[in-house]
Amino acid sequence: MSARTTGAPRSTTAGGAGTVARRTALVVVGALFAVPIAAMVAFSLRSADGTGHDLNHWLAIVDPENERMYRNLVEGVTNSLLLAVVSALLVLVLLVPAMVLVHLRHPRLVRPLEFVCLVPITVPAIVLVVGLAPVYSVVSRVAGSGAWTLALAYGVTVLPYAYRAVQSDLAATDLRTLTEAARTLGSSWPRTMALVVVPSLRRGLLAAAFITVAVVLGEFTIASLLNRVNLQTALVQVSRSDPYAAVILALISLAFAFVLLLVIGRVGALGAARPIPTRKALS
Amino acid sequence: MTATLPRPSLTSPTGVGAGAAVAFHDVTKQFAGHRALTGLDLELQPGELVAVLGPSGCGKTTALRSLAGLEDVTSGRITIDGRDVVGVPTHRRDVGMVFQAYSLFPHLTVRQNVEFGLRMRRVDKAARATRAGEMLDLVGLGDLGERYAHQLSGGQQQRVALARALVTRPRVLLLDEPLSALDAKVRVQLRDEIRRIQRELSITTLFVTHDQEEALAVADRVAVMRAGSIEQVGTPEELYSAPATAFVAEFVGTSNRVSGEVIGTLVRLAGCPEVPVVGTPDEGPVWAYVRPEDVSFVEQGGLAGVVESVSFLGAVCRTRVRVDRETLLVLDHRADERREPGVPVRVSFTPARVAVTTRAS
Repeated sequence: MSARTTGAPRSTTAGGAGTVARRTALVVVGALFAVPIAAMVAFSLRSADGTGHDLNHWLAIVDPENERMYRNLVEGVTNSLLLAVVSALLVLVLLVPAMVLVHLRHPRLVRPLEFVCLVPITVPAIVLVVGLAPVYSVVSRVAGSGAWTLALAYGVTVLPYAYRAVQSDLAATDLRTLTEAARTLGSSWPRTMALVVVPSLRRGLLAAAFITVAVVLGEFTIASLLNRVNLQTALVQVSRSDPYAAVILALISLAFAFVLLLVIGRVGALGAARPIPTRKALS
Repeated sequence: MTATLPRPSLTSPTGVGAGAAVAFHDVTKQFAGHRALTGLDLELQPGELVAVLGPSGCGKTTALRSLAGLEDVTSGRITIDGRDVVGVPTHRRDVGMVFQAYSLFPHLTVRQNVEFGLRMRRVDKAARATRAGEMLDLVGLGDLGERYAHQLSGGQQQRVALARALVTRPRVLLLDEPLSALDAKVRVQLRDEIRRIQRELSITTLFVTHDQEEALAVADRVAVMRAGSIEQVGTPEELYSAPATAFVAEFVGTSNRVSGEVIGTLVRLAGCPEVPVVGTPDEGPVWAYVRPEDVSFVEQGGLAGVVESVSFLGAVCRTRVRVDRETLLVLDHRADERREPGVPVRVSFTPARVAVTTRAS
């Protein structure tokens, strides 16, 4: 006796059309990214007389003789890296404990906290600066006008991204049970945070930190309007005298952000191979 | 200032934790607008396994969490070996706990999970490894020490959680529905294993469950909870054969509730001889609770009815007999006594004793 499957035959035509559509979309979107980047690369490799291509503009960036010309750029890069580190630390030290506390002890405050953290994404940077200007006049008097002080403003602007990264991990982890298990095993709250909470939220914390770094490295408006030097303001300044250097630095910062995203993806993939218990899975 | 309970030595050569006496004294727990515990009184003898049984929302988990220090009580006292532990932080109560949810730390191996409590107590590395190995052997997972939680089945994860809870030799073991996420076969296996280990270590254990079969199977005594307080505490046999209230009779096992009348030490039920009554109830009309195995088909006498449905349960058949509009009797009998639905039958009660409650309860 033969078995027969019933139902409509699978449509290979529809499947093929779907694949073509997906590939077309991928090519179009890829081109949107690739064409400007390729143009930037080609521009940065153009020879001084415009007749051919060489690496002179790239070599000029690292030539000690040009140190004076690019001093402002070096300062901008240094400031941006410092700001990225301080902003990431602010996020990890202030936002994460607050989120964990609310998640574990005051779940009713989850929505208000989410609202507060997402508000900055709705406020244009220019409006933010209008509000921040008088604040920074006080900050300058109290803490000086060092570049790091911009991290206070950046801590606000990266809140939505950092919040989302950590929240997704919090929602996927049964942190309440894990922390209660740790406490019944004799772990105090600080040790529970260090030995259980942080490792359990590793993916979210790394993603929050890397996104913070990427956002800070690309920030222009606030630094410019508050008259601070960072990578982006320095790039604008350099581009007026040496457009090649500006384009090369833009390419390098793009590559850096790209590597960061790859690292986030890699860390996420590692985490996916080691699933953590979720409330849904346990219910 | 926070107190710390005295701990048994972690380097004890016997490897056996001393069970502690535990008592809840008039414990009340109030959440916003809701009383989870209302004057809870319960005592556990050293080395005893008490199962707390009750429907969802009756407060059994709250009671257990209050003993662990994971919930603050509103009033009352909880003592471990006579010392009031209310106000003592969880990490200093010296209790071991297994949760309903899988609670292994996902970033640690099985061995590291089991060693966690010892690390918190600053036990040296060699002693930690030895103790963790012993505990993993005790739960039958000595070979899986280097695996991670996601590489284990649900039953294995709960075994590791049990080993982790026991490795510090706590005074009290708390089990919060540890088997409810497991499939039926594994549940029975692990249930028996928990009982074996508990007896081996003589550790005082509070086992919270909503599964009556589980409670009756593992516990020395069962405490039935209802609406935040204890309805009855007794051995599984006492609870089954002599329920103190209608709630216990109906919640534990299956019962037929039939009207009767107490006369002296006997209760008169319709259609059967007078039978001795459990306890000393007041004379007058009562509800009598008759187990399905104490109802049988008879040829003459008894009550007349019609078979409504028959279910094959493996060892026995369960038949429902409609006697009148209000009375549906359930009886368990051998498969060869099977009567088909719609057939008129006569049934009678044959209990050695029968539990009764007043009509008001």
